[in-house]
Order: sequence, then C-alpha cells, then structure tokens
Amino acid sequence: MITITEQKPIEEIMQSLGTAKKVYLVGCGTCSTICHTGGKSEVLDMKEKLEAAGKKVTGWMVVPTACDELTKYALEEQAGEVKKADAILAMTCAFGVQTLAMFTDKPVYPALNTLFVGKEEAPGQFIEVCMQCGNCVLATTAGICPLVRCAKGLLNGPCGGSVEGKCEVSPDIPCAWQLIYDRLAALGKLDELEEIVPLRDWSTSREGGPRRITIE
Amino acid sequence: MKAGTNLEKILESGKFAVTAEAGPPKGTSPAVMLKKGEALRNCCDAANVTDNQTAIVRMSSLAGSVLLKQQNVDPVMQIVCRDRNRLAIQSDVLGAIALGVGNFLCLSGDHQKFGNHPTAKSVFDIDSIQLIQTLKNMRDEKKFICGEYISGEVPMYIGAAANPYADPFEFRVTRLAKKVKAGADFIQTQAVYDVAKFAKWMEMAVDRGLDKKTHILAGVIPIRSAGMARYMRDYVSGVSVPDEVVTRMEQAANAKEEGATIAVELIEQVKEIPGVHGVHIMAVSWEDIVSEIAKRAGLLPRPIL
Ligand code: SF4
Ligand code: SF4
Repeated sequence: MITITEQKPIEEIMQSLGTAKKVYLVGCGTCSTICHTGGKSEVLDMKEKLEAAGKKVTGWMVVPTACDELTKYALEEQAGEVKKADAILAMTCAFGVQTLAMFTDKPVYPALNTLFVGKEEAPGQFIEVCMQCGNCVLATTAGICPLVRCAKGLLNGPCGGSVEGKCEVSPDIPCAWQLIYDRLAALGKLDELEEIVPLRDWSTSREGGPRRITIE
Repeated sequence: MKAGTNLEKILESGKFAVTAEAGPPKGTSPAVMLKKGEALRNCCDAANVTDNQTAIVRMSSLAGSVLLKQQNVDPVMQIVCRDRNRLAIQSDVLGAIALGVGNFLCLSGDHQKFGNHPTAKSVFDIDSIQLIQTLKNMRDEKKFICGEYISGEVPMYIGAAANPYADPFEFRVTRLAKKVKAGADFIQTQAVYDVAKFAKWMEMAVDRGLDKKTHILAGVIPIRSAGMARYMRDYVSGVSVPDEVVTRMEQAANAKEEGATIAVELIEQVKEIPGVHGVHIMAVSWEDIVSEIAKRAGLLPRPIL
C-alpha cells in the first residue's frame, strides 16, 4: 500500500509560491520516491526549475518518510536553511504536507497532487483498490471493492453499461462488477448476486469531519 | 390500482402499451414540452420525461412531467441516482405526487463523464435497485428510508430499465429479477435491434415467471440517419446495432423513412414475443415520428380507459 502522487503543473506551484522568493524543498524517501514525484532526482529537478524562475533555494532534503513524526527532527536539523526560506515546498503526499505544516511556522505548499492510496499491479502501474469507506463490503463482492472500482460505486451491479468486461466510462477500465461476477462464478457463489444489497450507511465514510479513533 | 395512472390502467388491463419519450429543453421554455406533449398525446399511453439524460443539464424531469400532465399526457418521471442523494430524491417524489405525477422510472444514470459537466461530483448515494425499493417502501409502508411516516397518500406506479444487451448476458435476467423483487411494476428495455438476443432474454425472463410479476416494454429507437446508426453502433455503450441495420440506413434513398420502417418492423417482431406487454418508443428530438410509427404498427388509436 502506498500513497500515489503526481506533480502539480509548475504554473500552479509558482502561483502557490507567489511572492515567496526563498524556498526550502522537502522530498520523501518512501511513497513519492517510488512514484518518482519526490525522490532526490525530482527534488533536484525542482530546484533547477525554481532557480530558473528566479527563486532562491535555501536548501533541500529528502526525509525518510515525510508523514512520520521524525520529520520534526529533520526540520530541526535543517533549522538554519529552513529559517532563511520564505516558504517550504513539499514534494510529498498530502500526509507529508500536513505533517510538515504541524512542525514549522513557515507556509508549506504542496508540489504534488495526492491521487489515491493504491497498490502496484505491475511494475510502475498503480491502482486504487480501497477508499477507506469504514464499512467494508468485500465479504460479498469476492474481495473486489465495488466502491472504488465501479465508476458509480454500485452495490447491485453490473449496470446496463457493462459490455465485454469493460466499464461504460472507458474501454480502458475493466467493469468491476464483471470482475466480481467472474470471481463469484469461479467460487460457485453466483447465487449471492440474487440478493438485493440494501442502502448503505455512509456515516462511516467522509461525512462527519475527520474520522478519528483512539486505540487502547 | 397503485397510482391509477393511464399507463397502469392500460398495463393492468392486459392491453399492449405504448410509451414514448419527451426530453425537456436545455432552457426555460415550457413551449418545448407543450409541443412534445401535443405530438405525443394521441399516440402513446404515457411519456417518459428524462432526467438530465446523458448527464447534460436540462429542465428538471419533475417540471417537465408537470408540463406534460397539463397537456393531458401521462408522464413517467425519470429519476437518476447520479445527481441526488436520498433526501433530495424522496423530497422530489413527494413534490411530484403533489403535482399529479404518478409514474416513476428508477435509473442509475449515465456517468457524468459523458455530459456537459464532466468535472461534476456524482452522488450515487443509492443505486437504481435501492431506489426502486425506496419508492415501493414509500408507497406500501408510507415510510421514508429512515423509517419515519409520510403524511398523505403516496400513489406510485414504479418502473425500471433493463438492458438485455449488456454483459454478462446470463446476469441480465438476474438483474431483472432483482428489480422485480425490489418492486418494479413495469420495465422499459434498452433499444432492441438484435431481436434474436432480446427473444432469448425474454425467454429466460418468462422461464423465471417474471412476465407475470411485471410488465416488460421493449425499447425501440427509430434511427434518423445512417450517421446516427453508425454512431449508436460504435459509440453508445450498451446498445447493439447490427451492421445490417447500418447498411439498410446507408443504402436508403430516404433515410428517415427507412428508419421509421425499421422501427415498425421491430415493433411487429417484438409484439409476437411471449411476455412482451408493450413498446417504449424513444424518438429523441423526433417526437413527430411516434404517431406515424405507432399507426403503421397497428397500435392506433390508443385505448381510452
Ligand atoms: S468496501 Fe471498499 S472502500 Fe470500503 S473498506 Fe472495503 S475495500 Fe475499502
Ligand atoms: S460498467 Fe461496471 S464498473 Fe462501470 S459503472 Fe457499470 S457496473 Fe460500474
């Protein structure tokens, strides 16, 4: 499981930085290194681009895991260069951006879009398989998540747009419900599809502010 | 009678029904709906009013349904799950009933990617089968989804769609059965061109006794031009237009005439298939042709009940 990111358009990054002249860059050695969006070479590329655009880069680092608490100590170690900067540009996922923002009073801007939490299907190919809905239905869907993999998040699919295994939305997207159907067929459990799946309780999902839990 | 609509009377009395479609305008003019109502009044038993069809913003299906009703056309108000959550859907249904709408058609809705607001956030709080269940529960138990009681009468005749041409084919009858179990009083199918495949699907439906529990209306889309035939064959997901139909349209001296003839032939064929209780003629932006097709197919005059 890794957090998949992509770089924002440079124009948007420049717009976020605005009048900040001096910038400190932070990359992450975990997910965004795997995605080639915030590893050492991307950070150095960004440094060049910023300098070409007339910014001064006061320093940079690639922390091992930006979302970790240890990021606090990394910032402390680099305090001198960070202090000189007007802003921090985070080449990390949004967890990293928010972690950095917790531990510095400098403005922190994201250089990346956080796309999804995914898994690697084939080398370099990532797919979203779970959106952390808080009320997992995989027990009845042959281990394939209809909420993220079906374009309409249907619970009683496949809909009338499923043709030759493809989703109506694009010939590049496999119909999630065809996958579920095939797997249930292989498991000899097709009769489960006769049952009407009732309305869902979305209150466990993103409906009430940030979800929190305390583990005793 | 569940709602006492014209469509319900026709179907429940065992007559072969004809429904049509009237898409609301991309604007505010009631005149468009009135004109469509005029064209459809005497050649169908009810007309569907589409709900932001293909995810293109139009006048609401509720307003369109009321305008048709004022023209003495029995409306079938379409509801898609893409644009509204359970609160909005239930409140629209209450409003529609208050304004005299009695037929409702429950749909998932085309993905917003196809429409004119592809950056929209879709809702899909509930799906089409759950929507059928919701309406049935509102009508039969007089209860909202949350379990609280609805005040007043809740007459509704509930419809759903079915696509015999989608995959997996064997599942299509299962899905129909689920919709019937959820409470669909009538079913309108995707456009039929491949009659043999439709007949096979109907046979499976009849084997499961579904034709006794719901009324299945076969969908017919008259084709206006060879270009439209090719477009539907190549780009409309879930519609299957055989090459033979495209060729006929390409070779026709008068394409519109040929399109109407093909529609008439299709109606004559599906009418003979056991378990088919009507046809649903979707002449998108070509409402004028419905009367001619219905007449040539021997479906006029429509019975008055
Ligand atoms: S249903 Fe899907 S989104 Fe929800 S927890 Fe399970 S896999 Fe994740
Ligand atoms: S085609 Fe399949 S994946 Fe796409 S919306 Fe329909 S059921 Fe979902």
